[in-house]
Amino acid sequence: MGAEGIGAAVRRKEDFRFLTGRGNYTDDINRPGQTHAYFLRSQVAHATIGKIDTSKAAKAPGVVAIFTGADFAADGKGGLPCGWLVKNKDGSPMQEPPHPVLAQGKVRHVGDPIAVVIAETREQAKDAAELIDVQLTELPVVGTMADAVKPGAAKIHDGGNVCYDWHIGDKDACEAAFKKAFKVAKLDLVNNRLIPNAMEPRAAIGDFDRATGEYTLYTTSQNPHVIRLLMGAFVLQIPESRLRVVAPDVGGGFGSKIFHYAEEATVTWASAKVGRPIKWTCDRAESFMSDAHGRDHVSHAEMAMDKDGKFLALRVKTDANMGAYLSTFAPAVPTYLYATLLAGVYTTPVVYAEVRALFTNTVPVDAYRGAGRPEATFLLERLVDNCAAEMGMDRVEIRKRNFIPSDAFPYQTPVALQYDSGDYQATLASALKISDWAGFEARRAEAKKRGKLRGIGISTYLEACGIAPSAVVGSLGARAGLYECANIRVHPTGSVTVFTGCHSHGQGHETTYAQLVADRLGISIDQIEVSHGDTNKIPFGMGTYGSRSLAVGGTAIVKALDKIVDKAKKIAAHLLEASPADIELKDGKFVVAGTDKAKAFGEISLAAYVPHNYPIDTVEPGLEETAFYDPKNFTFPGGCHICEVEIDPDTGVTKVVKFTAVDDVGRVVNPMIVEGQVHGGLAQGIGQALLETCVYDGNGQLRSGSYMDYTMPRADDLPSFDVATQSTLCTHNPLGVKGVGEVGAIGSPPAVINAVVDALRETGVRHIDMPATPAKIWALLNSGRRAAAE
Amino acid sequence: MYDFAYHKPASVADAVKLLGADGEAKPLAGGQTLIPTLKQRLARPTAVVDLGAIKDLAGISVAGGKVTIGAMTKHADVAASADVKKALPALAALAGGIGDPAVRHRGTIGGSIANNDPAADYPAACLALGATIKTNKREIAADDFFRGMFETALDAGELIVSVSFPVAEKAAYMKFDQPASRYALVGVFVAKTAGGVRVAVTGAAASVFRWKEAEAALSKSFAAASLDGVKASASGLNSDIHGSAEYRAHLIGVMAKRAVAAA
Amino acid sequence: MPKVSLTVNGRTVSAEVEGRTLLVQLLREKLGLTGTHVGCDTSQCGACVVHIDGKSVKSCTVLAVATDGANVTTIEGLANGNELHPMQAAFKEHHGLQCGFCTPGMVMSAVDLAKRNSNPSEHEVREWLEGNICRCTGYHNIVKAVQAGAKAMAGAKAAAD
Repeated sequence: MGAEGIGAAVRRKEDFRFLTGRGNYTDDINRPGQTHAYFLRSQVAHATIGKIDTSKAAKAPGVVAIFTGADFAADGKGGLPCGWLVKNKDGSPMQEPPHPVLAQGKVRHVGDPIAVVIAETREQAKDAAELIDVQLTELPVVGTMADAVKPGAAKIHDGGNVCYDWHIGDKDACEAAFKKAFKVAKLDLVNNRLIPNAMEPRAAIGDFDRATGEYTLYTTSQNPHVIRLLMGAFVLQIPESRLRVVAPDVGGGFGSKIFHYAEEATVTWASAKVGRPIKWTCDRAESFMSDAHGRDHVSHAEMAMDKDGKFLALRVKTDANMGAYLSTFAPAVPTYLYATLLAGVYTTPVVYAEVRALFTNTVPVDAYRGAGRPEATFLLERLVDNCAAEMGMDRVEIRKRNFIPSDAFPYQTPVALQYDSGDYQATLASALKISDWAGFEARRAEAKKRGKLRGIGISTYLEACGIAPSAVVGSLGARAGLYECANIRVHPTGSVTVFTGCHSHGQGHETTYAQLVADRLGISIDQIEVSHGDTNKIPFGMGTYGSRSLAVGGTAIVKALDKIVDKAKKIAAHLLEASPADIELKDGKFVVAGTDKAKAFGEISLAAYVPHNYPIDTVEPGLEETAFYDPKNFTFPGGCHICEVEIDPDTGVTKVVKFTAVDDVGRVVNPMIVEGQVHGGLAQGIGQALLETCVYDGNGQLRSGSYMDYTMPRADDLPSFDVATQSTLCTHNPLGVKGVGEVGAIGSPPAVINAVVDALRETGVRHIDMPATPAKIWALLNSGRRAAAE
Repeated sequence: MYDFAYHKPASVADAVKLLGADGEAKPLAGGQTLIPTLKQRLARPTAVVDLGAIKDLAGISVAGGKVTIGAMTKHADVAASADVKKALPALAALAGGIGDPAVRHRGTIGGSIANNDPAADYPAACLALGATIKTNKREIAADDFFRGMFETALDAGELIVSVSFPVAEKAAYMKFDQPASRYALVGVFVAKTAGGVRVAVTGAAASVFRWKEAEAALSKSFAAASLDGVKASASGLNSDIHGSAEYRAHLIGVMAKRAVAAA
Repeated sequence: MPKVSLTVNGRTVSAEVEGRTLLVQLLREKLGLTGTHVGCDTSQCGACVVHIDGKSVKSCTVLAVATDGANVTTIEGLANGNELHPMQAAFKEHHGLQCGFCTPGMVMSAVDLAKRNSNPSEHEVREWLEGNICRCTGYHNIVKAVQAGAKAMAGAKAAAD
């Protein structure tokens, strides 16, 4: 490793602009002649739309135009597409109802857009929207998943409220295994609904150029090429050649900025209608009711065990909330990103899972940091603690006993995945040591003296990321491939621009990718620029999600570098009058093996563009290469998270006093960035476990609709973390990398809740649903006290 | 936000005149509650009368057993005041726990009291310490001032000039934060003054109120143990996604004991 | 429309604004200082923190017209050309930022803390940052950065004195 190569904690190249206020986020962009959009949204959860009278609003000061769903339909434009088809148990396709850009005929959740007002200023658009008269006839509200399947429930879509009823695994084998069980552990649990809340609210600018016929959309997206594909092909019928999508600096995504949203299509389409650019910037309150939410499962799980506590079979039944419409990736999250993970790090030979996806009158639900894998991990790691309790076994021992051994890889699970590498005993041992697990009881006793209930919890998790092998996901219903593309342009004097389809919105790609190039070519990272986020610059890309940027996007860069080096060697061989086979690239120089004859990288690049002395008969001038990389398998990070909490029994307040995370993320390119990714994931995982939850009332009204009621983790809610990596290498990509973006959010929630339950165990508590708020804990303790008194 | 006319008078008299001339005008103190309210279009004043240029509305003085704070004095200034810390440390601590540092640099005591948010901190101090609220036309005892949710004894166009707090023998404020907003889910201010023991509770109900049972118990002996067995009633308390009325009632007891212990 | 004149990052500026125009809108939309961000509408996230007369405030909760005559510093006013302010440098050194959106407000709040307390404890930093929400970093590295930045600011001040 060089000072700037793979393994070095290089300080980030992108930081200067962010630290000096020179970042360039979508709302920072203003186009000449720009107008502003405001969306009139439904304030009721379920209603039929009668007449929409916009005549008064149209006359309000500054109004340029008003459009409704009828205008969109009259123009022959489509609805928002869903990117994944899941099939029912009987093989029939899921119910895939239309998802109009602007509501047509009905509104189905609070926040469903009904009309858009385009005006000279944002406030004028807002003023005018209040003058639109919409006749709504309210319908019974399907507020919860339980409501959705009640006999006689109102139908949100013509096909009813079930999107699909899917399963995976061998049901008969599972039932047979349960019959042989020595003991069975059971658990009912809820995985609480979350609102992603990237700090930058979504924004979009549509800009149609009448002179060229080109549309440009500036948008807060994790994957501009995907938006171009979905919006161009399915919604607006604009060919890629006339549609440019730019995702400039983006202020966090966490999944919520993967999806193609109505506002993007609206401003793009309407900018041609009004002949001026249109900007829309989301209010935070609006983002609560228009960004896709995350999680929201209700599950029942059972584990069959033999007399030694070995897991024989797992069966799971889950209801997953889709919200009112299918968001882009929604159907895949509770199926292929969830149920396939239920083997976890254990040798459980049989797993059977049934998942029903339901529509409700709530905001659409889709991928949020971890997407399906946190739900699987929470269920499994909570259940394993119950297994230990059921068997009267130690929580660590039962895990060790069921781990997939480190010599068993590649390991085929009963739920489709084949793990390539891992060492779960090693990450466990390391975490136990760092957390001083052995010394815990003394800390518990000391806390007791202070009147505090102290608990410790563990989670040994696994996830699948680096999505994804196109053929595999294609067979599972994905309507796109999930490869990645990189283009490397070496300039004449030896500086390099890397064009990548993986957008960076906090992950530090501009630094990590530069390190890959610096490591390979032996040049300084100061000579390397990483360009992302503009479909006119980058050949193609599937974007950033599922912890794929290094495993898939980074590998595409490596493949492009292979081609660059290969060609450069040919040029060097010519200049050095040697055979290409004898040329080595060493410390930024092309050397004839075993000699001191060498050419610097800059000399080769110059020759490529000024080919006066050049192998022109066999090698084209120029030094620029593109590679597409389709991964062979998922990658499988895993690890061990240990949480220690103290609960104040007087108030129910839980404080995380110690958190240890040891993660196997494969090879680490930049340890500083890797640690930062883990920290952020932990904050979101601890947030889910203790603080955050999205609450709807029975009328489909959002009760946690702002930061006044949705508890965002703040600096004083969290401790500093002890994080470490303990890696095995991925076997199927050249870097050996696995991915780190989501591990923190996947491993931590069960560690926290296991700790809370451990702290409360002596009061009789066996389970608590997330978030374990003070009020909830107090109520549990209080009922326990009352029960004890009775 | 709806648009409005903006005025910045230099004297209380001018401010009162402007407010009197337009029933739909609103006074603007630190703006930390009013501006978010306007942004959400929950209010539509025709005019905003900014009190920020009225010099004699801000300031702190301690004299005659009283701490007097001008209506436009910022929370951060009360929290940092050596005089307040010495005379009424509980009040300085309360001010230092309102909102966050940036909010404390703008928010004012007058604004907080005039707004009477059910979860605001200052009303608890006023009520527990038996403060006197001085307006442009009269003096109002705290017991008569806080009338209900966002409701006070102030007439239309009447402005708070200052608030006087009698110095207490012992006093402390304990707040249990609503986890999201960080307003008080329950805040309890206890004070032992020459006039007796007073206990005020904020956050738990529609408006700040005195907990008379606790006052009676503490009057006998000002010690946390005196509150053993004294239970606040859950009847009439707020219930929301952050806590039931029963939980709030329980927290009132816990916070009161902690306040007594800290006083 | 009311006119407002103030000093922003050492430069005197004037603009016509509506009564309802917020300071953050004046900065971003009229003065092109887009480093100050808006992340919420309830005055909680702190992405919009700037200094008015040396004190940190939420520029989304201040009327532009009310800042007539004030001295405002934004994130753009901290660095000296290419030389980062010590607090900015500490954020870079300790990886106290990821997506960068909360960063300007976070840095402006941290500078205000450091001016009052050159050696804040972890607890003091976390309490001070109550009004600045970050979704990316988990705060761990922000805390380290603020502590280091505060020390560096004190060191720079001592050197200048």
